[in-house]
Amino acid sequence: MVKADKQLDAKGLACPMPIVKTKKTINELEEGQVLEVQATDKGSKADLAAWAGTVGHQYIGTVEEDDVLYHYIRKCSDDTIEEKTYEKTVSHDDLEERDGLVLDVREEAEFAFGHMEGAKSIPMGELESRMDELDKNQEIFVICRTGKRSDMAAQLLAKNGFTKVYNVLPGMTEWNGNLTKNVNGGM
Amino acid sequence: MTVNKWTAAQVARKVIENKELFILDVRNKNDFDDWKIEGHQFEYLNIPYFELLDGVEEILPKLPTDKEVLVVCAKEGSSVMVAEMLSDAGLDAAYLEGGMKSWSMYLEPIKVADLADGGELYQFVRLGKGCLSYMVISENEAAIIDAVRFTDVFINFAKEKGVEIKHVFDTHLHADHISGGRHIAAETGATYYLPPKDAGEVVYEYTALTDGLTVQIGSAKIEVNALYSPGHTIGSTSFVIDNKFLLTGDILFIDSIGRPDLAGLADDWVGDLRETLYTRYRKLAEDLIVLPAHFMIIDELNEDGTVAKPLGDLLKENHGLNIEDEQEFRSTVTDNLPPQPNAHVQIRQVNMGKITPNNDEQTEMEIGPNRCAVR
Repeated sequence: MVKADKQLDAKGLACPMPIVKTKKTINELEEGQVLEVQATDKGSKADLAAWAGTVGHQYIGTVEEDDVLYHYIRKCSDDTIEEKTYEKTVSHDDLEERDGLVLDVREEAEFAFGHMEGAKSIPMGELESRMDELDKNQEIFVICRTGKRSDMAAQLLAKNGFTKVYNVLPGMTEWNGNLTKNVNGGM
Repeated sequence: MTVNKWTAAQVARKVIENKELFILDVRNKNDFDDWKIEGHQFEYLNIPYFELLDGVEEILPKLPTDKEVLVVCAKEGSSVMVAEMLSDAGLDAAYLEGGMKSWSMYLEPIKVADLADGGELYQFVRLGKGCLSYMVISENEAAIIDAVRFTDVFINFAKEKGVEIKHVFDTHLHADHISGGRHIAAETGATYYLPPKDAGEVVYEYTALTDGLTVQIGSAKIEVNALYSPGHTIGSTSFVIDNKFLLTGDILFIDSIGRPDLAGLADDWVGDLRETLYTRYRKLAEDLIVLPAHFMIIDELNEDGTVAKPLGDLLKENHGLNIEDEQEFRSTVTDNLPPQPNAHVQIRQVNMGKITPNNDEQTEMEIGPNRCAVR
């Protein structure tokens, strides 16, 4: 199962109800949290993806199991682009020539729908408590969707004594290489 | 104000009678761009329903206040919601019952001509999908050609006319829509014909439809003559009816020609297509009225809603019949083809009898335009 912060049961509901309910439910989430929408209306996939696009939420993907569609949406606010402040960065091209650990700090659901092969998943919100899983002597390349969360993660790691940390820019949205998936289905 | 419910039949009358209609289509932009209700004098606004959840105020300036607005969605639910919102805002609003799903399924029977000795020829126009089926009636008998899957429509029509369905033909193994042919035959005891060259993989019994086959409808002399005309498929067969009408199947349309690629054999079949269009059809009388199995665009409809034109006119006007250079013809019909019809691989399997999806699944497969042609 893909991890989500909240589930919405919209099974058996016909259009427009899955979207109407999603819109209402997502208001109850914090920014960055993931909502799982369970629906049986086949049209809900295209509509949810398009709706998320128009209102600025991130449509992560859909898996189908036993005729139920599980849609994953990450709540985003009106993205005011925050300045990226962590200085050590690498591009995707540079990354391919380096050894070290790729640390993916997106939510587990985002990771499940596609990540770089060999990347380690620690969502941004869990990084502080799971830092002991990381090796200070290893080079760590932090990546997220657009470079924003990875910037914060890199700063957090640096503050805690990690010196070989790099923020990977621009992030998974622009990654054209192979993707590894933990789910059947996808975007 | 109250919200009115329109049926697909009412919308069809607007199309056929060239009336004006304002349609607010609340489906996704992609779905709208791909396929919508076409009318000569229709106006459109496409705003997805999920952009209207907070209200319709923003789009009110774009909507007419002096005429009814028909709200259309995929199945119905969203259009009811939006029509009610518009009505609350003081507009005259209606929704399409069953949405695009019912539009895709609606058939309008239109008489093409009276035949000799009281016979009649009907064209069943499936406006939402661009499919055309035919019924030839003479005395107390009928023949059906290229029936779509709504078998009741044909069977009930024959009952109303007091005729018995004796022969059911498919000009070829269809890839864009599910045939009702063999089911009508099974239900009525009629003979079902299919070209054997298209039937290599079919898993049911059929009678071979071969070049030169002639059947007589009623005791009056209305003949249906088969003419082998490959190219869209290797078995594609045309019919000459009553020496006046040429049913071309998916080989020749009013404003386009058949595509040879839907069974994955474009390169093999392009030569056959060329020969049919540039040799076989040119031996026929130019005053034959061409009746195709599809139309692609609304401009192909005549003023009475039928899709029909003399062969002589098409030989002059149809681009696909006027490509002198064989190499250019080959590249026209094999390169840069439009996207293939929705679910064409599965639809062919249904028509071979290999899979039997339920009604909803069949509807889903047939959603969207037919795309059997190249221009």
